[in-house]
Amino acid sequence: MDDTLSDVLRRQGVSRRSILKFCTLTAASLGLSPLMASKIAYALDNKPRVPVIWLHGLECTCCSESFIRSAHPLVKDVVLSMISLDYDDTIMAAAGHQAEAILAETREKYKGKYILACEGNPPLNEDGMYCIVGGRPYIDQLREMAADATAILAWGSCASWGCVQAAKPNPTRAVPIHEVIHDKPIIKVPGCPPIAEVMTGVVTYIQTFERLPDLDRQGRPKMFYSQRIHDKCYRRPHFDAGQFVEAWDDENARKGYCLYKMGCKGPTTYNACSTIRWNDGVSFPIQSGHGCIGCSEPGFWDNGSFYDRLTRIDAFGIEKNADQIGGTAAGLVTAAVAGHAALSAVIRARQRVGEATPTTEEKR
Amino acid sequence: MATTPNGFNLDSGGKRIVVDPVTRIEGHLRVEVNVDDKNVIRNAVSTGTMWRGLEVILKGRDPRDAWAFTERICGVCTGVHALTSVRCVEDALGIKIPENANTIRNMMHLTLYVQDHLVHFYHLHALDWVDVVSALKADPKATSELAQKSSSWAKSSPGYFRDLQGRLKRFVESGQLGPFKNGYWGHAAYKLPPEANLMAVAHYLEALDFQKDIVKIQTILGGKNPHPNWLVGGVPCPINVDAVGAVGALNMERLNFISSVVDQSLEFVEQVYIADLMAIAPFYKDWLYGGGLSSKNLMAYGDFPEHANDAGSLMLPRGVILGGKLDAVQDVDLRDPAQIQEFVNHSWYKYADESKGLHPWDGVTEPNFTLGPKTRGTKTRIEAVDEDMKYSFVKAPRWRGNAVEVGPLARMVIAYAKGDPGVKELIDKTLKALDVPITALFSTLGRTAARGLECLWAAQKLRYMTDKLIASIKAGDTSTANTERWDPKSWPSSARGVGFCEAPRGALGHWITIENTKIANYQCVVPTTWNGSPRDPAGNIGAFEAALLDTPLADPDKPLEILRTIHSFDPCLACATHVIGPDGTERSRVTVR
Repeated sequence: MDDTLSDVLRRQGVSRRSILKFCTLTAASLGLSPLMASKIAYALDNKPRVPVIWLHGLECTCCSESFIRSAHPLVKDVVLSMISLDYDDTIMAAAGHQAEAILAETREKYKGKYILACEGNPPLNEDGMYCIVGGRPYIDQLREMAADATAILAWGSCASWGCVQAAKPNPTRAVPIHEVIHDKPIIKVPGCPPIAEVMTGVVTYIQTFERLPDLDRQGRPKMFYSQRIHDKCYRRPHFDAGQFVEAWDDENARKGYCLYKMGCKGPTTYNACSTIRWNDGVSFPIQSGHGCIGCSEPGFWDNGSFYDRLTRIDAFGIEKNADQIGGTAAGLVTAAVAGHAALSAVIRARQRVGEATPTTEEKR
Repeated sequence: MATTPNGFNLDSGGKRIVVDPVTRIEGHLRVEVNVDDKNVIRNAVSTGTMWRGLEVILKGRDPRDAWAFTERICGVCTGVHALTSVRCVEDALGIKIPENANTIRNMMHLTLYVQDHLVHFYHLHALDWVDVVSALKADPKATSELAQKSSSWAKSSPGYFRDLQGRLKRFVESGQLGPFKNGYWGHAAYKLPPEANLMAVAHYLEALDFQKDIVKIQTILGGKNPHPNWLVGGVPCPINVDAVGAVGALNMERLNFISSVVDQSLEFVEQVYIADLMAIAPFYKDWLYGGGLSSKNLMAYGDFPEHANDAGSLMLPRGVILGGKLDAVQDVDLRDPAQIQEFVNHSWYKYADESKGLHPWDGVTEPNFTLGPKTRGTKTRIEAVDEDMKYSFVKAPRWRGNAVEVGPLARMVIAYAKGDPGVKELIDKTLKALDVPITALFSTLGRTAARGLECLWAAQKLRYMTDKLIASIKAGDTSTANTERWDPKSWPSSARGVGFCEAPRGALGHWITIENTKIANYQCVVPTTWNGSPRDPAGNIGAFEAALLDTPLADPDKPLEILRTIHSFDPCLACATHVIGPDGTERSRVTVR
């Protein structure tokens, strides 16, 4: 018998009304119209769970840890009632050959019908043996499981871009998934880690609407990655007003001024941190006083110090403007706003170019 | 048969059993054992099977950025490398941090202890003791009675357990078992009655819900979790409880939020985690395998300075116990080249002279993936490794030549041996309640119990530190960062430093050398490198291998007992195997092929 989330919730005494409320909230958190809520409710009522195989390459497991932090939906409901997480070495009961048997069975039983979730990435040096699973290179396992998957979820910056082990000089030659798997749709969900509700939001979207989310040209879901942290940052008025933190724990830091001068990468980072925020919406890096380090951007480890001001906009005079304005008067607000407009235009232009940027493999 | 210098008998005859992947851990680990004709383990081999090379990547970078790189060594024990890294850089540059920064760092670190220990027990370890399928046979009413007998936790009605069991039943009947697929259900080594199994499964799900709330303390103080933000010289979150802009800084609402999570954490740990441990342990009291090195050699660097910049005020003490001498705890000096050394003659790295160990400041690492002649299989399809030669990406660190065990058990025993009153009371009370002698601690179960007790200790200290922060603010101190040496122009042309911490999994150290404001060398020696170490030139075996020896397997095809003992260490392989050393020429050699 196929158990649906709706069945489960109702048997647990959760009212139909509450279930519909959950659907409405889910729709809202995805930025969808309230009409979509009824579609979600229908999906919860009627569908068996999609098998998901979650593989781990070179990584730090922060994506798994983030995933289990999801507040809506709760991860227990995702695992018990939305998807069938048949393989995930971080939490699965089985080990050794009993674990490996699940992979073979899934390929056969659910050929073309399962989702492959990739955390981490494969190293290519030393014949792939810098990451060994079951006595074999991880890249072999990845290729085998990708061959029969419907689609691939590239969790986090490791699978999407390469992340820390691929930072220069990339000693193991770790590469993102799209550089080794070319014949499957790949949904990149970058971030180190990605926001929990973004991860479960992507999974829920696929389960609910039975299609992959709209992606930008770099392969990220538009619904979560189409705007910069800076675009929706609650400290943005301070940027526009030319009010900046000048040193850690100074008066301006205590007043919650803009962290641009402390190296904040919010103006060039596409993510939902300033809107969805972290851990059930409690905070996000800027709100807690540290600049954004740009962890969802390709190659963010190699863009200079996290405390360097965004250097790529120096040539356009932005830093100069910000410096002049810093800690001073309302008279310079206009300049700041003008400066900001230039910054945005530059970044938009850069982004258009960026969308056609070479892969990290080509860069190397 | 051979006896190792550290007193373990190894026999590599008999049948070889391989567990790969070892699941419910962080990273990639392989375990091979030889069993005799009675299925008792007589030889054990643990192999770290991943390598990322983070320290190569750190060379030439800004030392103030190192916390973010090293934090990405591990996302499970998130923040421990970041904390160790900022301490390491501050040590090198002589930076003193404000009192509040020390308190806030302690709060973030204690938060991790509570969350990480809880998740380890329920989500990485419990299924070694708890049979999920057996829970289907439980009587919800009897389960409720058991729950109410063992704890005052409110969620304990027969209806609660009946609903949970119903959900579990439908889940199993769906035929899609998800993470519970192919578990060793029905295995003879499971000893709990169905009711205890049902209670534990209920709490598995409750703990999954609750762990996400504990970390909100890190989110408030560090902006996100996993991987919160840290700062050389203090912490990035400013305090403002009075003035313009207080909303958005650490203010009254945020302090209340933290305080509320602390109280909930204390309640959950006392009424659920500890209560479950005490309810489950009696059924396994005669399964006292897995002690390994723990009754001989233990080590802790110590952590949680009560006062800023005062290594003498560590609330978890530092020390080494050798040969089981609890009355002679020795001191540890991380700077002494004769004390901590790493060996590689059984690791996939290369030294000029592999008979000797190297102190981390002098460390060399050049990857060298080679397999011995007795290896079965091929280079890219290994069936069995040759432990006489190189067989792991984990190095073999030793303290004055001795293999030691690190982690919660080591910390609790060292604190106990040094007479810490709080720890002593916790341990004595537990031993008395279970009616077991102190030697029962030196086992797989003891390791698991020590982690639970430490979780309670951490939740209590989290309350203490939160109150300390509030008292400090009340007394007028709102400083959170020292920026005197923030500017690299204020640094000496060369400097070196050590940072230490007790990660949830054990003693963690970082060693840095700074030349002309950039990182010249960075080296980490981490808990799972100690516990999961391969053999050394003298033939000493590490803690994982020692703990597996002499354990009988009920069914060698389903080696539940191996998982149970390995999991009791809470292995973290991404931590253990990231290591690489300082020589620039060797580095460039391995970059691109």
